[in-house]
Amino acid sequence: MSALRSASDLSSPRIIDSQYVDEKSFLYETSTVTGLNLYDHLARVLTKILNEKPQNAADVFEDYSRNEKRPKPAPSSRNASVADEVQSKTELALAEIQEKLFSKGEGEDDIEVEDEYPIPNIMELSFFFEQAGIGLNREEMFRVGMALKNLTENHPLEHARFWGKIFGIEDNYLVAEVEYREGDEEEDEDDALEEVSEEQERQEAEENEEEDDTPKMVHRVSVVPREEMRTGANKKTYFVCNELGKPWTRLPHVTPAQIVAARKIKKFFTGRLDAPITSYPPFPGNEANYLRAQIARISAGTHISPVGFYQFDEEDVDDDDGGALPDNFIINTEFEPIPARELASSSLTSWVHHVQHILPQGRCSWWNPKEEEEGEPDSDAEEERADEPQPEVGPPLLSPLSGDADVDGMSPWTTSLSSKLVPQFAVAVVRSCLWPGAHAFAFGKIFENIYIGWGHKYSAHSFSPMQTAPVQDEYPTEPKITEVDDPTPEEEAAAREGQEEDDQDEQDDDGNYDDDDD
Amino acid sequence: MESKDLNLSIEAVGSSGFILSSEQRAALQTSLVLLQNKQKFANVFFWGKIIGGREDYYIAQGIAKDYLSERRTLYSKDCVHWGLLPRPTADTKAKAKQITGYFTGDPSYESEQKIVTLVGDEETEEIITLKEEDRLAAVVSEIDNDVAIVPRGAFVRDPTGKTYQNRVFEGLTLSEASQLYSYLHFRKAEKLLSKTLLQRSNLDKSLDFMDTIEEDIPRGCWSLQLERGGGLVTLRSLLWLGYVFYHVPGTRQYGSVYFGRGDKNIDLPFML
Repeated sequence: MSALRSASDLSSPRIIDSQYVDEKSFLYETSTVTGLNLYDHLARVLTKILNEKPQNAADVFEDYSRNEKRPKPAPSSRNASVADEVQSKTELALAEIQEKLFSKGEGEDDIEVEDEYPIPNIMELSFFFEQAGIGLNREEMFRVGMALKNLTENHPLEHARFWGKIFGIEDNYLVAEVEYREGDEEEDEDDALEEVSEEQERQEAEENEEEDDTPKMVHRVSVVPREEMRTGANKKTYFVCNELGKPWTRLPHVTPAQIVAARKIKKFFTGRLDAPITSYPPFPGNEANYLRAQIARISAGTHISPVGFYQFDEEDVDDDDGGALPDNFIINTEFEPIPARELASSSLTSWVHHVQHILPQGRCSWWNPKEEEEGEPDSDAEEERADEPQPEVGPPLLSPLSGDADVDGMSPWTTSLSSKLVPQFAVAVVRSCLWPGAHAFAFGKIFENIYIGWGHKYSAHSFSPMQTAPVQDEYPTEPKITEVDDPTPEEEAAAREGQEEDDQDEQDDDGNYDDDDD
Repeated sequence: MESKDLNLSIEAVGSSGFILSSEQRAALQTSLVLLQNKQKFANVFFWGKIIGGREDYYIAQGIAKDYLSERRTLYSKDCVHWGLLPRPTADTKAKAKQITGYFTGDPSYESEQKIVTLVGDEETEEIITLKEEDRLAAVVSEIDNDVAIVPRGAFVRDPTGKTYQNRVFEGLTLSEASQLYSYLHFRKAEKLLSKTLLQRSNLDKSLDFMDTIEEDIPRGCWSLQLERGGGLVTLRSLLWLGYVFYHVPGTRQYGSVYFGRGDKNIDLPFML
């Protein structure tokens, strides 16, 4: 009300009344800009403050006032707005998908204890990962376990484990590493992405060539063949999914060309498996192939185990093969657990790689490109001996970490104990500096590897793309191949006359036509 | 993230692979409270972790009153004992940008870097050295300047210029949270003043006093993902890999943390 009113105001009731009416009608005046009036606004703000009774109400008065002035969505009968409906729908959809993770499979009511359960104890691993400070949070690891269980129920798998998580721009990938049961892999083509096998390509090319009469290329670029399933870089098969609960997709096998190209480019993953990879040098495949190639490189570089856990099968060691390196190992049943302090020592002698190193060629076992040309032994016999390419060698399987090359002047692995205050029960943790995001832990007889990251190698220098090939030179011009203009009719006539004169001369001389004259 | 709800916040970024072990969480809960008391901070934040080649640094920040004013940064190797980091000078910041490679984990280590500059036709080599503490302070300040973000509406500025938390901030709606313009850089506005008056007419002066991340160059340097079907919004910076911001739409919960090596991803344009 009016600030001028005071107890000593001797105005008559009528004047007071009219002053009151004036001022009240002033408060009721609607604003020409927003249509609000002060009276209603103050009434609303004070009501809200009295309902909520915030602390320091005088201080927050402006905030409440501003909030009241904001345009509010008109509340409909049920839901507050379309936006909220959308939110609840997407959350609901995902929750419904994930509910299936929690349903028990058929015939699981009789608890049969199988001897060989294909999935490791996820919750135990999740506990150790948490102590080591790596991995995903507990609820997500549990969902991972359930999703792996789903995977083993839908496919005939011998082993399945959680390989890790690769982040993408729009969506992430959760990767599972599996091993099929013997002989079952070829039949299981349900979820496989389309792979154009090399044989199919060659057959198609040959069919086309038979109808074509154009001369064939003499110089053939030999393509390094990819390794067979279950050997080398294709030893394990990988499944990915974007969100736990959604179906798993199998990744195609990796070819050496893809690994070689993947080493030269550095691209973020988008989260869609069919996204194209635009890069230089052009990557032979789409994002699914690039993902598989990176997974192969990461596994080869960072999958480690405590020394002695795996050992070579004595039947496999062949001394007649000229020192061929065994590529298979079995679990050592007499493994003695190594104390955590030794595992966490920075000398790295207690860990070994148990995945074969990938050679620069893109394969784990060297493939001689000369062997393909078996159809022409005679002509190439001498050349073969001269140009025999040097076989590439890499560190053998089960070689210790102490042999790894330094990164940036530092050891390529960081070791630590999970707890500084209780070292007796600590878990030994090893972290890769070359592939940031690759971790491994070991505790007693339990160990595990995991990768959580963006899927790229670390380099102290910034990435520079491969230089494009120099522009091809044109063929050097020589007089032999330079085009010459056709002679004009006048020149032809002049030449013909010249020839007739010469012929006549020679006819007079020896009566023979001289054919050499031109 | 605020030290008061550290446990809840860490769960929210767990899907980005950021985990604190139980020992670290317990240690942080105690030591941050002690830190707040000793240094007379109004609020203490767990900023994140810088991963080094041999050992890691845990970083915390404390503010006196005004959120946008200078923050004091502290580091620790074991989450129990904290040391104050010096304020980075412009010279330190420039040097730190030149030095590449992992942090070693030893605060007194002097990193050396050979810089070759072309002056005319001659190449001059100079070796710059920087102590690890200074480098750490410079990197933390650079990350804060480049990628620290808050949701629009969380902070208000009153006509006198003071910034404070908006007590009636109810969180972003899901549709707002899926848009990049709902997130603002938490620093003095740089691009705002160069906007035309026409563009600024739509902005609310009390809320839009910071730059939005929608205009960051290169476009696409933020990865926005909805997790839990929309129950959690995660923003990851592709410029500083390891910076994660989370927000639960419809609630007041938001926070950010950095778990990384402290290296700027200058390969970003090649990788997009």
